[in-house]
Amino acid sequence: MSSLIIKDLRANVAGQEILRGLSLEIEKGKVHAIMGPNGSGKSTLSKVIAGHPDYEVTGGDVLLDGESILGLEPDERARRGVFLAFQYPMEIPGVTNANFIRAALQARLGEGEELEATEYYAKLYARMDSLEIPRSFTARSVNEGFSGGEKKRNEILQMAMLEPQYAILDETDSGLDIDALKVVSRGVNSLRGPNLGALVITHYQRLLNYIQPDCVHVMASGRIVKSGGPELAFELEAKGYDWIKDEPVAAGAV
Amino acid sequence: MSMETVNDIDIDRSAGDFSYPESHKYDAGYGLTSETVNYISKVKGEPDWIRDFRLRALDTFESRPMPTHWASEDLNAIKFDDIRYYLANGQRPTRSWDEVPEDVKRTFERLGIPEQERKFLAGVEAQFDSEAVYSNIKKAVGDQGVIFMGSTEGLMKHPEIFKKWFGKVIPTGDNKFSALNSAVFSGGSFIYVPPGVKVKHPLQAYFRINAENFGQFERTLIIADEGSEVMYMEGCTAPRFETATLHSAVVELVALKGAKIQYITVQNWSQNVFNLVTKRALAHEEAEVKWIDCNIGSRLTMKYPGVVLKGRKARGEVLSIALANNGQHQDTGAKMVHAADETTSNVISKSISIGRGRATYRGLVHVPKHLKGCKNNTECDALLINPESRTDTYPAITVRGAGNSVQHEASVSQVSAEQIFYMRQRGLTEGQAMSLSVNGFVNDLVRQFPMEYSVELKRLIDLEMEGSVG
Repeated sequence: MSSLIIKDLRANVAGQEILRGLSLEIEKGKVHAIMGPNGSGKSTLSKVIAGHPDYEVTGGDVLLDGESILGLEPDERARRGVFLAFQYPMEIPGVTNANFIRAALQARLGEGEELEATEYYAKLYARMDSLEIPRSFTARSVNEGFSGGEKKRNEILQMAMLEPQYAILDETDSGLDIDALKVVSRGVNSLRGPNLGALVITHYQRLLNYIQPDCVHVMASGRIVKSGGPELAFELEAKGYDWIKDEPVAAGAV
Repeated sequence: MSMETVNDIDIDRSAGDFSYPESHKYDAGYGLTSETVNYISKVKGEPDWIRDFRLRALDTFESRPMPTHWASEDLNAIKFDDIRYYLANGQRPTRSWDEVPEDVKRTFERLGIPEQERKFLAGVEAQFDSEAVYSNIKKAVGDQGVIFMGSTEGLMKHPEIFKKWFGKVIPTGDNKFSALNSAVFSGGSFIYVPPGVKVKHPLQAYFRINAENFGQFERTLIIADEGSEVMYMEGCTAPRFETATLHSAVVELVALKGAKIQYITVQNWSQNVFNLVTKRALAHEEAEVKWIDCNIGSRLTMKYPGVVLKGRKARGEVLSIALANNGQHQDTGAKMVHAADETTSNVISKSISIGRGRATYRGLVHVPKHLKGCKNNTECDALLINPESRTDTYPAITVRGAGNSVQHEASVSQVSAEQIFYMRQRGLTEGQAMSLSVNGFVNDLVRQFPMEYSVELKRLIDLEMEGSVG
């Protein structure tokens, strides 16, 4: 039961159907990758799982360890262990990174419980070190004036601090140079283990050289159209996406 | 110490949201006439000059129209005849906590004032209804010759200092509400700091309104003599009532040559209070006056702390934060009147409008043509939380003369839905996310506040934001 199951999911944004019956199971301990051309609905999938209010679910379900989360508020989903690394992380002027992550951790504690400051900083610094983030980062406002690479590193730092059950990484590789990509991938790999199920969304095969997936899925027109092992990514890299359209749709691909 | 006592230390609106049965020995009744004024003056045992001052002020008040030609029409909702202008139990200020009447003590204990005092205050002047019933200056401050007492006690015991400056910074006829205050004032603080004395710890006063339909009209006069320094903190909480309550204070500051005054207000009035306050300072040569003003709560607040830069190289500063929630209008700003060469002024104003709340900034900067080397910097930033929130800015800047400079920046921003979603995805509730955005917006300003006030302000913002969603 330890898995995130997406069942025949259908969703609209602004009245237009983007997800058209998508099914996928992400087991704990596994890394799944979704690849697909622009406009196939990859980012929509991540937003719908996270509970973005602009997306309307019209059918299907999302089950977290057997329980539907579609009726939950975005923050409740997050506190139950769903993490989304954003393609375009938002800036929060005036709120320092240290305070932001602290507030997020504090929000996971019960009434009357206080986060222990010394332990918090010890953990924060250790995670920052492994992502090669300088200490001055803690006092900077969240993502304000950050380079693309800094923003993505910050997403992975937050993920490392919040220790989710399931993480969705939405085009984490976009806008990264090769050095930043290596650092970010190393960060993600260090979090891999039996307690994390991950879904890596990417347009390019490049990222999957660094974060090696257990399964690769191809998405087109709001559905999974092909699934396979890591070798599928290389095939896509070599042949592009066009040939997929000629393949018959994989029925209920999992 | 029990947990309950610990919890009561923080001053917030919920802690102020209670009242004990009233029993007042002196009560001027409802409405305002010369009889009311005579009654107040008699009960307080004031000298004739003060009574005459009050009666003249009453005439001025009556002859002035409501300033609704520029200010909110909502002012017309104040029913002056339904207000009681003076209530007191006839207490004289006492210096020991033990002498304070029991019910008053319970109120203050719920507000946690003795605890605060023990922690960091040099002296406490707490006002309950009209009269100061508890007044205390730590020995160290008193020994330096610092005078810190209620305004009535001040005018009786130190007329030579009091008379010289009282009503000079803000004349009775400055506006309708300064005239009202001049007619019926009671309570407030009188502070005198002798030359060269630097008061290390902030002096603090808490003002509360405890009686329904009762306007509070405190009068504060602070004089910092040459080369002295003092910081004064004012916190306000009031219990909630069904009918409107009027608060109309006058605060006058005098910073003599080279003196420094910092005046800090964190105000958290309940939603039915009209808060119409006149605050102004006179800064002599090389003196510095800084107003830090945080306005939360009330139905309508009109307050524009000002500095008249009278002496060469004088410096004035207003740092203000206003938070207007549903049904509230924060009409605030600053006045900087340059009246000498090389004077500088700085105004930073941040306002937050939530729901249908409205925040208005009114600024006045005046530099006449004959002056040289004057500088003003004004920044006003507004944050809108909802699409129906409202903000207006009315800057009035008259800067003449070639050698003077002025800089004005204004910005309006809105908390975006994407920003809130991002924070909620990290596990924060909608209220927590908004609260964090608002705290971030005011953060660079709040950093300049004394520690305990920035903590207090953060808590008040959290309370406001938590209550504004869902």
